[in-house]
Amino acid sequence: MPKDKLTDYSATNASNTDVGGVNIDEGMLPSGVNNAIREVLTHLKNFASGTDGIDVLSLADDDASAAMKIQAPASVTADTTLTLPDGDGDDGQALVTDGSGTLSWASLHSAKNLIINGAMQVAQRGTSSTSTGYQTVDRFRVDKNNVAQLVFTQSQSTTAPDGFSNSLKIEVTTAETTLDAADYLVFTQRIEAQNLQHLNYGASSAKSLTLSFWVRSSLTGKYSVNIYSEDGNRVNTLSFNISTADTWEYISIQIDGDTAGTINNDNGAGLNLNFVLAAGSTFSGTITSGWQAYTNAKYAHSDQVNFIAQTGTFYITGIQLTVGDVDLPFIHESYAENLAKCQRYYQKDFRLVAWNVSTNASTSASLGNFPVVMRSAPSAVRTGSGALTSTAPSSTVMYAESGYIYSGTSNACSSNLTLDAEL
Amino acid sequence: MDAMIITNAQYYNDPDGNQAGVIATIDGTEMYVPLDTANRHYAAIIEWASQEGNTIADAD
Repeated sequence: MPKDKLTDYSATNASNTDVGGVNIDEGMLPSGVNNAIREVLTHLKNFASGTDGIDVLSLADDDASAAMKIQAPASVTADTTLTLPDGDGDDGQALVTDGSGTLSWASLHSAKNLIINGAMQVAQRGTSSTSTGYQTVDRFRVDKNNVAQLVFTQSQSTTAPDGFSNSLKIEVTTAETTLDAADYLVFTQRIEAQNLQHLNYGASSAKSLTLSFWVRSSLTGKYSVNIYSEDGNRVNTLSFNISTADTWEYISIQIDGDTAGTINNDNGAGLNLNFVLAAGSTFSGTITSGWQAYTNAKYAHSDQVNFIAQTGTFYITGIQLTVGDVDLPFIHESYAENLAKCQRYYQKDFRLVAWNVSTNASTSASLGNFPVVMRSAPSAVRTGSGALTSTAPSSTVMYAESGYIYSGTSNACSSNLTLDAEL
Repeated sequence: MDAMIITNAQYYNDPDGNQAGVIATIDGTEMYVPLDTANRHYAAIIEWASQEGNTIADAD
């Protein structure tokens, strides 16, 4: 067998009778020596450059008594190059791939999505609404300003890219004929400030973020997305492009850390992630990249699309905001985990039940804990009287983040509570 | 941004007679709103009450 590369060489000395077709067996011609050496050097060069591979890379320990070995799988579909990052990373970091073989160091603790319900699975309030505000998928609100003719529907849709079951859909059913200066249509998630303290905003060590999502729109072109810091009144307005109509596209955007604006350590809004579907001249302008003091003109790019100028549909899901520059795959959670996170801000169908507590048949009382401690003392909407009493509770209920205390003037009662502690 | 539409607001007391919250009609829905400035409905009620002609009624 010709010995044309290192892996053709034999571990048995006597079996290596040629190299690259040059005879080196006993009685070889003297003129074959230089040719044989040249063949060996070619083989070494091909190995060094990766033209010819080896089966196993063996790294022996100091006395060569054992080795660490790195090898390819038994069957490789196609040539694959894994490119290592520079440096040795930080404590606790691991190598992650960008999906194209480029590896980088990433902190495992950063693999948390700062966005809640990014896969749009939880929709406690309902699945469709023509109103603004928090109406359908939890934690996301849709807002419009000034518009005159615009009619739209926000809904939880089952149209979704592979790997997702739901999306947030915004459908314009009656277009806005003219985009006035103060017009806009935007949807937002507000992130609680105390969940963002590890970003070190306001310090030189402020951490960068990676925003990623799947999006699909009937209108191609440039869209704005901004991240607004309430406490610092600062904004970083970015953009993304939808290149093909009615086709799911994956977007990933890097966001620098804000070294100037701080985020208070409280239960207020820390960062607002705003996706802008349309913005008039009051709320758009020529955007300088990076974080800057907020003005209305920095809310959106002036050359972005006007999604409300015509009827159309916009879908989005898989919204993820992670610490660092690495574009991580979407971190899927169980429905229960997702729901519990949402319930910190909104709960429905919480049952308040009170019974007679004394010989006085006209008094009742109870107290209870909410399934999840809420962000703040919630607003409550009471509905129904249930099976226990003829009247809904009309007496005092005091609400706190963790539960309620009820004191009533009927002998017993029950009621459904809808609890709202949204930002 | 769309402002909440508040059409009615009245304090309610706890059994000891202390203010416990506000019963308000917000966007057409009656809500029991705690006296917590971190609550967005209470913040909206305070802003609403600061406008001339709007008052949070005393508790019954």
